[in-house]
Amino acid sequence: MESAEQLRDRLLAAFPEARVEVLANPAPVAQHSLIIGATHAVQIATLLRDDPDLAFDYASNVTGVDRPDQEIKEKVTVKETVDGEEKEVTKEVTRTEPGYLEAVYHLYSMAKRHGPVILRLRTENRTDKVTLPSLTPVWRSCEFQEREIYDLFGIVFEDHPDLRRLLMWDDFEGHPMRKDYVEPDDYEWEPTPHDAVLIKAKRPADGEEAAPLAP
Amino acid sequence: MTEADEKTIQDLRRSGILLTTLEDLYNWGRSNSVWPLQFGLACCAIEMIAASMSRFDIARFGSEVFRPSPRQADLMIVSGTVTKKMAPQVVRLYNQMPEPKYVIAMGACAISGGPFKQGYNVLKGIDRYIPVDVHIPGCPPRPEALLNGLMELQEKIREQNLTGENRPHHLRSDVSGEFPVPEFGACDLEPPSNPAVWTPPEPIREGL
Amino acid sequence: MIPGVSIEEKTDPLQGQILEVSMGPHHPSTHGVFRMDVKLDGERIVSLKPVFGYLHRNHEKIAEDVSYLGSIPYTDRLDYLCSLTNNWAYCLAVEKLSGFEIPERAEYIRVIVGELTRLVNHTCLMGFFVQDLGAMGTPLMYAFREREKILDLFEGLTGARMMCNYMRFGGVRCDLPVGWIDEVKKVIAAFPRFLDEFESLLTQNEILIARAQGVGVLSKELAINAGITGPCLRASGVGHDLRKVDAYSIYSRFDFKVPIGAHGDCYDRFMIRLLEMRESLKILDQAIAALPSGQIIDPKAKSRGLRPKAGEAYGRIEAPKGELGFYLISEGGPSPYRYRVRPPSLINLTVLEDMCLGGTVADAIATLGSIDIVLGEVDR
Repeated sequence: MESAEQLRDRLLAAFPEARVEVLANPAPVAQHSLIIGATHAVQIATLLRDDPDLAFDYASNVTGVDRPDQEIKEKVTVKETVDGEEKEVTKEVTRTEPGYLEAVYHLYSMAKRHGPVILRLRTENRTDKVTLPSLTPVWRSCEFQEREIYDLFGIVFEDHPDLRRLLMWDDFEGHPMRKDYVEPDDYEWEPTPHDAVLIKAKRPADGEEAAPLAP
Repeated sequence: MTEADEKTIQDLRRSGILLTTLEDLYNWGRSNSVWPLQFGLACCAIEMIAASMSRFDIARFGSEVFRPSPRQADLMIVSGTVTKKMAPQVVRLYNQMPEPKYVIAMGACAISGGPFKQGYNVLKGIDRYIPVDVHIPGCPPRPEALLNGLMELQEKIREQNLTGENRPHHLRSDVSGEFPVPEFGACDLEPPSNPAVWTPPEPIREGL
Repeated sequence: MIPGVSIEEKTDPLQGQILEVSMGPHHPSTHGVFRMDVKLDGERIVSLKPVFGYLHRNHEKIAEDVSYLGSIPYTDRLDYLCSLTNNWAYCLAVEKLSGFEIPERAEYIRVIVGELTRLVNHTCLMGFFVQDLGAMGTPLMYAFREREKILDLFEGLTGARMMCNYMRFGGVRCDLPVGWIDEVKKVIAAFPRFLDEFESLLTQNEILIARAQGVGVLSKELAINAGITGPCLRASGVGHDLRKVDAYSIYSRFDFKVPIGAHGDCYDRFMIRLLEMRESLKILDQAIAALPSGQIIDPKAKSRGLRPKAGEAYGRIEAPKGELGFYLISEGGPSPYRYRVRPPSLINLTVLEDMCLGGTVADAIATLGSIDIVLGEVDR
């Protein structure tokens, strides 16, 4: 099978305006993935499926990944003029990397028996621009899995034939698989070694002072 | 019954005359034909099926008649994780069962949420909505454990009186066997528990 | 007015009505808490929408909170009929992520317990399937009788009947007890007799043929496009078995065939499983004969406090129900950043509506039974 770089070059040759980047995977298994721009995603998927050399006729696993906004602290060297003298000063700067939601597709070929090719589609942010094109028209196997991503992560798939919540009930609010989802507090107190439950149990009752948490 | 009565009964039994009370006879009949609802939720349901198969043979205890309809069942074996999406259905099924009815919470999930207790969609114990008669711990409990739970329930049925406070619900007009069905809320069930059946345990803050 | 049933008038009153029935989540033949919203025109199905989530236990969310090791008991409870193959798929993904090597003996033990799990799953499925067709009791009792024999083996090896929690990253948890292999030999020597008995009881049975042949037909093209895997795919005539395609573990060393169906109907799906069990017995014989001695776990492998380096891996195996995959993203922490199960049962249900349209309700029950789902895996 072609390497991820060869595949990227082939896709860029077919769609010069598309965004195709290789995302290297440092794990020993080295399953590298391709980041695909949303605008050409359906065309690229169709090419991957219909090209006789590639023949990725089988989309095995479709899933979402949540990447919240990240605060990155880094040291920047800036030239500053102090007392008329130019000096190099190292400053610590905090910048916020904007978060996004990601849909990951693992493609295999049953005809050629090769794979996987991993496609990653990213939304612009996590709040209002969360639309991605649906690949269900290309591979039927995405149908329920994209519905699940819509349910649990909140990515809206355009042109999906039946985009409803899959697992939670229809009136449910929020997307529970997101990293910042706050679960309903419906525990009763019990002695348990689970830290999270202990912390919940140690919350101060009315009028009490907060108990110090164990180090 | 006094000791002398007991002795007379034993003597009569030796000469072929069987004496019993109506209460004992009635409860003997009830306790040995507890028909469960054919109702599986998760992993424990497989062990429940295994208990009804040839090796464990729940028929020895008169409970092999798994009824598909709640209208014909006496016993609901809550076998498996009750999710919040499923809980209203479970309560509704319980409401549809005729009195007298009993509930066995089979497995850790049905008792308290078990290993899935942290889950946002998992109900932390079915006793938040309906009264449970017997709890069977285990994940999943072995079929023998289910049989033991069933025997416990039979014991409980045999100890019920036909009169007085302890009488089964179908003999009392003042107690309703129906419980309100919870509704789906924004992120949890409404209400999250039924205060008439379940109150949260008091937190013990000493020793923490 | 019956709850769960509604009637929709057609524009032409002489054409009758469309009846909408909600089957499940409590229904004797939906294999657990599965629901189908069915629209009927007379006896014929015009629309069938599966409804999921009644057993959504948040496995993925919990697994992102607990350690890598702590997820193994949870994988047991995915497809609760085949806990060992679930363990295997998860361990395979972690091994791909962190690069552990598996000793020979552990590979053989994995193959032996994996194929025994396939026997358990297929016997149960066949019992449930014929029960859905109306054979109440007898075949299911036969199936469970055999299942108990294999569960005794699992109990002897792992201490638990159903939730085995046996595999570890880079190997297995404990070595085989003394005399265990002899017990396995006894069970698999007696197994063909059960299969013969089951076949003579069912395969030529007139009712089974009438209820299953030509029902729920799935075409080859749709099966591939919809990502159907496992016996359902092979019944439609696609020779795709990950034991051959990926040749993961040591499956390339064994001589076995992959049965393929011709029609893609319920009967083919039933027969494929019967034939697969005979192939599993072949693999078991070969694996037991060649079982080497040695280590059972990679000494470099770490179970407690495992923190794989940043990266991701997708590992998949041929579970009894189809391709079971685990997708893990590590950020170097003690628990996975993203943990995803690729559930074969859920994806095999994609085509349920296509297979049932135009058929009767009874056919839909047969079709659902032949797909072989376990709700713990469908909803996770």
